[in-house]
Amino acid sequence: MTLLNITKVSKAFGPVSVLHGVDMSVDRGEVVGLVGDNGAGKSTLMKIVTGMYTADAGEITLDGQDILGNTPGERRRMGIEMIYQDLALARQQDVSANIFLGREPEKKVLGMNFVDKATMRREAQAMIDRLGARLPAINRPVGSFSGGQQQSVAIARALTFDPKLVIMDEPTAALAVREVQGVLDLIRQLKSEGIGVILISHRLNDVLSVTDRIVVLNHGRAAANLTTAETNMTEVVSAIVGSAEMDHAAAHEARG
Amino acid sequence: MTQSNSGPAKPGPSLWARAQSSAIEQLHIRLESLIVLLVLGAIMSVLSPYFLSVSNFMNIFLATATIGVLAIAATFILGSGGLDLSLGSVMGFAGVVGAWVAVTAGLPTGIAVIATIGAGALAGFVNGIIITRAFVPAFIVTLGMLGIARGLALVINNGAAIYGLPPAMVYLGQGRPMGIPMPVIIFIGTAIVMHILLAYTRYGRHTLAIGDSENAARTAGINVSRLRLSLYTLSGALAGLAGLIFATRVNAGDPTAGLTYELTAITAAIIGGTNLFGGRASILGTMIGALIMGVLQNGLNLLAVQSYYQQMAIGAVLILAVFIDQWQVRKESRV
Repeated sequence: MTLLNITKVSKAFGPVSVLHGVDMSVDRGEVVGLVGDNGAGKSTLMKIVTGMYTADAGEITLDGQDILGNTPGERRRMGIEMIYQDLALARQQDVSANIFLGREPEKKVLGMNFVDKATMRREAQAMIDRLGARLPAINRPVGSFSGGQQQSVAIARALTFDPKLVIMDEPTAALAVREVQGVLDLIRQLKSEGIGVILISHRLNDVLSVTDRIVVLNHGRAAANLTTAETNMTEVVSAIVGSAEMDHAAAHEARG
Repeated sequence: MTQSNSGPAKPGPSLWARAQSSAIEQLHIRLESLIVLLVLGAIMSVLSPYFLSVSNFMNIFLATATIGVLAIAATFILGSGGLDLSLGSVMGFAGVVGAWVAVTAGLPTGIAVIATIGAGALAGFVNGIIITRAFVPAFIVTLGMLGIARGLALVINNGAAIYGLPPAMVYLGQGRPMGIPMPVIIFIGTAIVMHILLAYTRYGRHTLAIGDSENAARTAGINVSRLRLSLYTLSGALAGLAGLIFATRVNAGDPTAGLTYELTAITAAIIGGTNLFGGRASILGTMIGALIMGVLQNGLNLLAVQSYYQQMAIGAVLILAVFIDQWQVRKESRV
């Protein structure tokens, strides 16, 4: 069943046209790889889905409901989460403050709303434990953590509110080999829970190992929509670079 | 404390570090500032026989009230990653507006009070609109407002102070219910409300979040420019409140009131542990910072140090406080 449906989305920044009528869809429990060269429009497309950018034309629906009129905050509440490449953490705030940023649980005291810090800490700890992440302490500023630990906080933030769709932008780019496996296992777990996942990555081996489908963006167009089980590295690379330079690039990718 | 690493073999953090972190968590203050305040108090009480007395403490609180309210405004603005250099000028402008409404226009005290705080809020709102909608840096906008608000304060009554406020209004500055000066009551009350707002509400959490990382806050769905606009309006309203306290205490709307007060207010906030670049702020810390400035000025007065030197001392303390803060940040990031 279709979860997210992107239809003919276009976007230009001033005179620079970035997306030309891109189509893409994600089903429940489906992992879709979004790949393409630098500047192909992957991040722009995803920022339109989360509401950070507005689309010039086109339509995006979540569960059949049009979402382009909703603010980023509303889209999060509807179940769209994105884990950014730079993680987008508030580094001086602690783990629970980051996980609940913008969605702090509240309790009423004398008719006024106050942030419920005890609940925040408890649920943040529970989510960190569920992910099996090891953090020095839940009440420390996240800026004092290692890259992998900060990644865990960003992931925990995306998963705490039962998302329907999780978008990951280069989640493995800055990680050690062992940590990469952890992220790939997590993606498989999300899939088994019926959550849709969009994975943006330059590591094509990761994309081929974990996705169901691969959408290739090339100069702002969806150049290919490949079923992972029926494709291979060469086909993906050729779609990314365009056929002309294919042999050279495929040889390089096979080496690396 | 919910310290999870309970391995006995592991050397724990030092006693100081633990005391520091629990003070920051529980009380939202830096221990150093409290120690500086106590040491400063001890030195003053040795140097001057008049320092350690109830009436002198009341003097310190009374003198700190105006600066303290401005410092609370500075705490919110700095915590949000912003800057408000117009605090002192807006305070002076608001005081003159209040006196004009009460004396020249002869309107009731209630309306004059609202007009005073409202004038401050309006100036802050203008700051906020230009910063968030026209994308002019806060440094420039509030520096410009420093000049504009001071000029307006002088224009209203051709540069002269407006004297003779009605008694009900003067009570706000000179009344002493149960022996406690009204400005001190207003200051403490404001501090309590603003502490709760900063530390225990979404508004306060989001204020620190946008100061920490505007990008993180925006991706979390926080409406950053609306929050900034409301923060500058709040800052202006607090400057208006400070103007009200000052005008009613001296029984005049003085267009030169609050000159260079932004310097002292920002210094107090930073001494209290507010990060100059946003993301970390505490009202309790700022209270201590404001008291340090109050004790410093009071002590220098008792020791009959010329006021010119006091101005130098405040400037030097500001630079020293930022130096220590940056030095600690560098030390921590090296670990």
